Amino acid sequence: MSAYEQPPGGGTPGPEHRAALALGDDALVLAQRLGEWAGHAPVLEEDVALSNIALDLLGQARTLLSLAGDEDELAYLREEREFRNVQLVEQPNGDFADTIARQLYFSVHQELLYGQLAGGRGELAELAAKAVKETAYHRDHAEQWTLRLGDGTAESRRRMQSALDGLWRYTGELFQPVEGVPADWEALASGWRNVVGAVIEQATLAVPEGPQSSAWSAGTGRQGVHTEAFGRMLAEMQHLHRSHPGASW
Amino acid sequence: MTHTARPTRPEPGTPTAAETPDVPETPDTHALEAEALALAGAVPDPELPQLSLADLGVVRGVARQRDGVTEVRLTPTYTGCPAVETMAEDIREALSARRFGTVRVVRVLSPAWTTDDITDEGRRKLAEAGIAPPRSGGPAADGPVPLSLAIRCPNCGSVDTELLSRFSSTACKALRRCTACREPFDHFKELL
Repeated sequence: MSAYEQPPGGGTPGPEHRAALALGDDALVLAQRLGEWAGHAPVLEEDVALSNIALDLLGQARTLLSLAGDEDELAYLREEREFRNVQLVEQPNGDFADTIARQLYFSVHQELLYGQLAGGRGELAELAAKAVKETAYHRDHAEQWTLRLGDGTAESRRRMQSALDGLWRYTGELFQPVEGVPADWEALASGWRNVVGAVIEQATLAVPEGPQSSAWSAGTGRQGVHTEAFGRMLAEMQHLHRSHPGASW
Repeated sequence: MTHTARPTRPEPGTPTAAETPDVPETPDTHALEAEALALAGAVPDPELPQLSLADLGVVRGVARQRDGVTEVRLTPTYTGCPAVETMAEDIREALSARRFGTVRVVRVLSPAWTTDDITDEGRRKLAEAGIAPPRSGGPAADGPVPLSLAIRCPNCGSVDTELLSRFSSTACKALRRCTACREPFDHFKELL
């Protein structure tokens, strides 16, 4: 077990600690991916929108990782295999449709999950109750773009469908129970299929039919097994801090 | 004795006293907390300097601790709001007088801040600054979308306005355009 799985006070890491790490890593990694769009988005409004969504996710990540330990150490000094995020969020930005498909799949999941957790007690519930309101805006943003691209030109429609199909196999992991996260995972999975399915159909696109996980894989992101692109993303995210420990501006 | 800036939803910003078991009640403590609350509330918001932190409804209360520490409870508008750290610094500076001792600003998330925490005065100042204030909501419906009241153009007053982008210069604003006077403007979007 990695040193970074120790809770702040030492001792045996509990389920709450593992929960905060899993959800915190989801938010952190997606924030980093969305941040890559800054200065590159198709129009200025989208540059601003994706950066704002990234900022919300970074705020969630800071709160969650602080529940698990030192936020900076956790973000900048862990190795790839120590991250517990789902593989969906680490997928490369691709084209704008790929990013929107990833946003649709993830923000619907996050809104439903946070909505469930918000009714509970403790720091995780407090964060969920706060963040679910922001996530509603993220989901709305992804929905509007899915409709616009799906029901747009032949080219936007082709790309949106291809993006939805391509990322579909990463969606099964969203509903695998995480220790310490008191969620009803079956309700989450069926709720997610209903919401995502309705949006895709309204966009005049086809709900992907393939399996929601790869036929063969070495493991899941929650177990610390990640896809090829993740290492390169981490290298960019961590190199400044590792080269200049404690640097700030 | 603790000074709480927002004890109940109906009267945001009204300081009232609430009991806490671990702090001895003395008239001095009470006066000091009230003074600290007023000073912290008067700090301008770093991104919308027309508004004070009290207008924005983010100072949740001040409590004088046994060890002489003055603790200010601050809640973020959005979890990732980068202005929170500046707010905390500005509050510490505003309370730098010796009588407050060490000032500690703690971040609280619960109950979550909503745009209904913005005072009427705050809404008036927003409109004056050319930013359409958030619509008041009552109980949260089903996310941000169901609200249907028109958003008024802060420049010409027309209710004929359209959404350009759900996200604007800060996380808390959306970008709109008035179809009457054609001016684009920021709308402090609802978070309920």
